[in-house]
Amino acid sequence: MSKAWRRKIISAIAEGFCAIAVLLALIPLAMILFYVVKQGFTSLNWAFFTQMPKPVGEAGGGMANAIVGTLILIAIAALLAVPIGCICGIHLAEYPTSKFSSIVRFAADVLNGVPSIVVGMFAYIIAVLPVKRFSAFAGGLALAVLMLPTVVRTTEELLRLVPAGLREGALALGATRTSAVFTVIVPAALPGILTGVLVALARVAGETAPLLFTAFGNRFWSISLRQPIASLTQQVYLYANSAYDDWHRQAWAGAFLLVMIILTLSIIARLSVRRLERMNRP
Amino acid sequence: MLTAIDMERFNAALAPSAAALESMNAKISVRDFDFFYGSAKVLHGITLDIPDRQVTALIGPSGCGKSTFIRSINRMNDIIPNARAKGTISIDGRAIYSSDTDVVSLRRRVGMVFQRSNPFPKSIYDNIAYGLRIGGMRNRRELNNVVERSLIRAALWDEVKDRLNESAFALSGGQQQRLCIARALAVDPEVLLMDEPASALDPIATTKIEELIWDLKVNYTIVIVTHNMQQAARVSDRTAFFMLGRLVEYADTKTIFMNPKEKMTEDYVTGRFG
Repeated sequence: MSKAWRRKIISAIAEGFCAIAVLLALIPLAMILFYVVKQGFTSLNWAFFTQMPKPVGEAGGGMANAIVGTLILIAIAALLAVPIGCICGIHLAEYPTSKFSSIVRFAADVLNGVPSIVVGMFAYIIAVLPVKRFSAFAGGLALAVLMLPTVVRTTEELLRLVPAGLREGALALGATRTSAVFTVIVPAALPGILTGVLVALARVAGETAPLLFTAFGNRFWSISLRQPIASLTQQVYLYANSAYDDWHRQAWAGAFLLVMIILTLSIIARLSVRRLERMNRP
Repeated sequence: MLTAIDMERFNAALAPSAAALESMNAKISVRDFDFFYGSAKVLHGITLDIPDRQVTALIGPSGCGKSTFIRSINRMNDIIPNARAKGTISIDGRAIYSSDTDVVSLRRRVGMVFQRSNPFPKSIYDNIAYGLRIGGMRNRRELNNVVERSLIRAALWDEVKDRLNESAFALSGGQQQRLCIARALAVDPEVLLMDEPASALDPIATTKIEELIWDLKVNYTIVIVTHNMQQAARVSDRTAFFMLGRLVEYADTKTIFMNPKEKMTEDYVTGRFG
C-alpha cells in the first residue's frame, strides 16, 4: 500500500470520528428541542399567558404570575449586576496588570464556578434571614450574583478588543483618560457589552435552584419586591412533579416558553456581536 | 561719513547670524532630548529647531526613533508604561516636559494624525465635533461652523457635506484619513504632527494628503514622519535624518537630498540601504 493511500485512509477515519462526535453532541440538543417544542407548543394557549394557576384538581388556568415573576426577577438581577459588573470590567480593562485587578479577575472566575444552589444559600442568608421573609428581591439578588462574573469578564474582554488607535485618537484631541474611556472606548464596545449582559441574563433566566429558598414561589399574583414571587422555572418544577395531566401539560408549555425566551436573548446577542465585528473592521 | 566698509560692518552687526535667525523662528526647540523605554535608550541627545509654519520631515530606517520622537512632541508616549524622557522640548519657549505642563491643553495645541486612520465609531459630524465637545462646547451653531470649516480645510467637505450623519466607517481609507486630519484641525491646534499619514493609502489618496499638507502649512507648523523619500522631498521644507536613535543630519530638504554632508544620509536618500 502506498504512503498516499495510507494517509488518505487515516484521514477518512479521523474525519468519520469527528462527524460521529459532532452528532453525539448534537443529539441531546435536538431531542430536547424536539420534545419541548412538540409537547410545549401544543400545550400553549391564551389562558396560559393570561390566567392564574387554578386550585389543585381543577383543570385550566395558566402561569401569568410566573411569567411576570420571571421577568421581574431577571430585571432585578440586571439592575443589580450590570452597573457593578460593567464598572468592574472597565477597571480590569484599564488597569490590566495591577495586583488588585488580578485579584478581582480571579474572584470573578471562582464565583463563576460556584454552584448556583450555594449562591442561593448566600442570598438566603443575607436577604431572607434578616427580614424573615422570602422575597422577589432575594431571588433577584441570587440571580445577580450568578450573572455578575459573566458581565465582568465580557465587559473586560470586549473593552480590550477596542483598537488602541481609538484611545490614542481621543487622547491626541485633548481628552483625559476618563473622557476617552467614557466617550470613545465604552461606546465602541457597547453592543458587545450588551451581548454579554444578554447571554448572562439568558443563563440566569433558566435557573431554578437559587430561587427555591429566596423567591420561594407564589401561587398568587404578586409583583411586590418584598413578597415571595413565582417564576417559570419553579412552576415547571412543581407542575412536572405533580400527578395531574393538566399540570404536566402546563409544565411543558412553561418549558417551551423558557426555551423561547433564552433562544430569543441568545439570537439578539448573536446579531449584536455581528454588528460589533462589522464596526471594528473599518 | 561712513565708508562702504563701515557700512558693511554695520549691516553685519545688525543682521543676526543664520543660526540665530533659525532659533528665533523656531516653533519647537529640542535640546539634548533622550528617551527611554524602561532601560532601553531609544533617542540619544536629539537637538533641533523646528521652524514655524513650515513642513519638517523626519526620515530614517524603521526603528530609528522617528516615531518615538514625533510622539514625544505631544507627549503621546506618556501612556506607555515605564517610558521616560530626559532633556527638553519647548514649544514657543515653554518646556513641555516641565512639571507644570497641562498635557491635555498641550495636546489641544499640538494635533496628531496617525499612521492608521482611526475614526471613532460615530458619525462624520460627531467625529469632527469630538474635540470641541470634550472641551465643553455645546453651542450647536458654532459646532456646525467648526465642522464645516474643518472639513473644508481638510478638502473633504464636498465629498461628505450631504452625509454628515453617516458613520465615519462608510468613508474610504483616504477619506477616513482626511477626516482624521479635519478632526485634528477642529480644535484649532498650532502644530500638526503626522506619523506616516499616507503609508496605508493608495497613490491617489496619497497625492490628496500631500496637497493638503502643502495648503495647511500656511497656518500650521507641520512635522511629518515618512518612509517615502519622494514624499519627504515633495512636501517638506526641512528634513531630519534619524538613524539608530540619533539625529544624523538636519537641513533644508534640498540640501539633504541633493548635497548631504554625511555619508550615511547620502547612502540612505539614494537608496543604498534602509
